[in-house]
Amino acid sequence: MTEKVIIIGGGVAGLQAAATLLELGLKPVVVEKTTHIGGKLNDWHKLFPSLTPASAVLAELKSRLEGVEILTGTEAAEITPRSVTMTDGRRMEADAVIVASGFDVFPAELKEEYGYGLYRNVYTTVDLERMFAEGRVHLHDGTAPRRVAFLHCVGSRDEKVDQRHCSRVCCITGVKQAMEIKAVFPGAEVYNFYMDIRMFGPGYEEMYREAQENYNIHFIRGRISEAGETQDRRIQIKAEDTLIGRPLKMTVDMLVLIVGMKAGRSNGALARCPGIELRPSRFAAPADSFCSNVYSGVPGIFYAGTVTAPKNVGESINEGVAAAVKAAGYIRSKP
Amino acid sequence: MAIERSINWGYSISRPRAVDMDANEHEAAARLLRKLPELQACITCGSCVATCTAGNLTEFNFRMVHTLVRRGEYKGAYDELNKCMLCGKCRLVCPRGINTRAVVMAVKRILGEY
Repeated sequence: MTEKVIIIGGGVAGLQAAATLLELGLKPVVVEKTTHIGGKLNDWHKLFPSLTPASAVLAELKSRLEGVEILTGTEAAEITPRSVTMTDGRRMEADAVIVASGFDVFPAELKEEYGYGLYRNVYTTVDLERMFAEGRVHLHDGTAPRRVAFLHCVGSRDEKVDQRHCSRVCCITGVKQAMEIKAVFPGAEVYNFYMDIRMFGPGYEEMYREAQENYNIHFIRGRISEAGETQDRRIQIKAEDTLIGRPLKMTVDMLVLIVGMKAGRSNGALARCPGIELRPSRFAAPADSFCSNVYSGVPGIFYAGTVTAPKNVGESINEGVAAAVKAAGYIRSKP
Repeated sequence: MAIERSINWGYSISRPRAVDMDANEHEAAARLLRKLPELQACITCGSCVATCTAGNLTEFNFRMVHTLVRRGEYKGAYDELNKCMLCGKCRLVCPRGINTRAVVMAVKRILGEY
């Protein structure tokens, strides 16, 4: 009988883990709580810094899944190294479990001072990604924005919403989308309000420089403290231009909140398994951050992707490979 | 031969503008940080200044004042902080959870002697 590995989550990390387990001759079963696999990649338009269509990456991952059992609309409620119990009561035995349950997008309405959900022309980076994908980026009334402001670190590095960690990928997302806005509306003025610009990946710093030099994106160092709606539905924002040391106010047509990554709600179910530890950020804590990134600390339960921390797509896919190889090694070392 | 001090040479010598970390006294700043260690967590995002009523009407800049104090630049800090109305809006917006009003009070108390 072929050994079975249950993978919780059908996003990029989970799909890559499934493909790798298949190559290794094991039987992967993907448990996905939504109605279709692909995870957040379904919601992204183009990926930084190469602007590769997210659909192309997803298509490649899906092409390697022949023979993988996929259960959509199924959510794990309880995880042990030898079994997973679903929220509908079904129980499935396994020889190992890979948790690749991902992250949640930070709910921007929690930062009430920015008026997301209240003011019509305040959007999130996730909204904008969908608008780019649909090929129709415009203001609420259908017109084109002439002045756009992006705000970095919404739901990251912010004690007020209990999100103390840096979500890493939002900096480059904001820069990418600022350039995409300029590409669609060359006449628009685009301003990015930032605290620190953290360009951690290959090609990211180069993209930032391109945004400055070739796209004329203006970077203002200061966090927007509040936004208000004007009578004509524009958004007035206030910040300190910290490099000048003076308060600054500005009216824009569109305010884009660059939302961060929040630990997945599903981590709560995971944490009920004895031996599983969560970080203070509620992302799962791997056994250690160097040689054991994909080990949970509980033999037989492995991690891949953003279940443990904010990561980009490439890093998550790599962890899918790593977790699958380690799960296979674990199964084969058992007597 | 003594040089006349009153001679106008057509130029003057400016005092160095650099923050002199060697010459500055750091003990008062250290006391402040012992009292309110969270101040070290400031990421200088400027939210406090953006929302500051006093700062929108006067030259007052809370972020600048506390940063100067932390460098040992105490001169004028007490008078600057007198512009603060202690309304506390800065504390509401601070993403690092710094008790900014307590900072204002502590700086004034510690630097009262300067």
